[in-house]
Amino acid sequence: MLAKRIIPCLDVKDGRVVKGKNFEGLKDVDDPVKLAAYYSDCGADELVFYDITASSDGRKLFTDVLRRVAQNVFIPLTVGGGINSLDDFDRVLKCGADKVSVNSGAIANPALIHSAAEKYGDQCVVLSMDVKRVGGQFKVFSHGGRYETELNAVEWARFGQANGAGEIVVNSIDTDGVKGGFDLEMLNALCGVVTIPVIASGGAGGINHFIELFKNTNADAGLGASIFHYGETNIKQLKTALNEAGIEVRL
Amino acid sequence: MIAIIDYGVGNVFSLSSSLKKIGAECIVTDDVARICGAEGVILPGVGAFGDAADKLKERGLDKAVKDLAFNGKPLLGICLGMQLLFDRSYEYGEHEGLGLIGGEVRPLSQYIDGLKIPHMGWNSLDLQRDDCPLLKYTHGGDYVYFVHSFCAVCSDGGDLVATSHYGADVAAVVARGHVFGTQFHPEKSGEVGLKMLKAFVELSRQVGKKLC
Repeated sequence: MLAKRIIPCLDVKDGRVVKGKNFEGLKDVDDPVKLAAYYSDCGADELVFYDITASSDGRKLFTDVLRRVAQNVFIPLTVGGGINSLDDFDRVLKCGADKVSVNSGAIANPALIHSAAEKYGDQCVVLSMDVKRVGGQFKVFSHGGRYETELNAVEWARFGQANGAGEIVVNSIDTDGVKGGFDLEMLNALCGVVTIPVIASGGAGGINHFIELFKNTNADAGLGASIFHYGETNIKQLKTALNEAGIEVRL
Repeated sequence: MIAIIDYGVGNVFSLSSSLKKIGAECIVTDDVARICGAEGVILPGVGAFGDAADKLKERGLDKAVKDLAFNGKPLLGICLGMQLLFDRSYEYGEHEGLGLIGGEVRPLSQYIDGLKIPHMGWNSLDLQRDDCPLLKYTHGGDYVYFVHSFCAVCSDGGDLVATSHYGADVAAVVARGHVFGTQFHPEKSGEVGLKMLKAFVELSRQVGKKLC
């Protein structure tokens, strides 16, 4: 049986991990290489790195970090942030990323999804979307949740799958950083329209939220950041609790 | 010394890092002499079967790999590299493989219904044989990391060493003599995967040295 995945997300800025509440008020957490090895040892199924650096110097720091992580951690690594072209795919894949997540880059140039899938395979392309309720609709936001786009999340997910995305990350801006649980309503709406794996993001505050997620939606994985970084929830304990609740996990 | 065959298909960064991690020397090369001089050889691969088979042929590597396998040198195919060990594949057309393990590669969708494709994520191993040197340190129920949309079907059930259940019993580890294949990625399967690579390196040191 395929196990449900638990994925810590590391937002990296200038070579350090940060995490904010509702995308604001970033706070320094720890060294990414140290955190990655720690997470891998305690049972994380995969790691996601978002490069939230804007400068090219920061990008260089990021690829250095990625290379060091990939040399020491032997679970799948997904990289996102600042991915706008096939060259960006190339840059991070060469440093040891297994999958590349596109967000604003795909909104600006939707053809990027197809061309990347053709070149690197569907399994390599992750479509990440920041979604918020606006006037009763699930709308896609760009640039780390700053700008509202014309895109409807349901349509965007369908488009992503049809064009070769191998996975979708759904990050609910409404629940992100609030720690009140995942956005089950939004996730069910999106899981219902695609057959590729869906990774739930935004809102994890405790073990019960992950149990709720896997019992009530068809999501394949739950992603969390601050919940893991501050040691509030230990991944081993989380997976033991999921197992006891009858959810298949890798122990 | 382990040679990782570099034929322009997929990324071998993690694979070479994991071999270093377990203390094995390795080279990434498409040079036939260096490949033949190694104690053990790994055939990696990500992407489409037809394209990968063509690239092996263009470089004359198909013959080199067959020769070293016939001589009994340890060979490990990973993911698409495992699929290439088979007679043929039906991934977008019909393509000839290396024919080192009897059987075919077919779309997963022919065998499973209502499940997501690709089969992506951690799945547990059900051992079909307990004498495979590659699985010296592996236990039934251990989880490994898969990403694939096509699956291998052995014509001789004796070659099937381990399966994983995903709607059907999917070939996870195959072996014939010293030719091994894993559908999953040992270099991405945490400790379980590193131990499998360690078993391969140990076997290569024992067997492959004599054949260099």
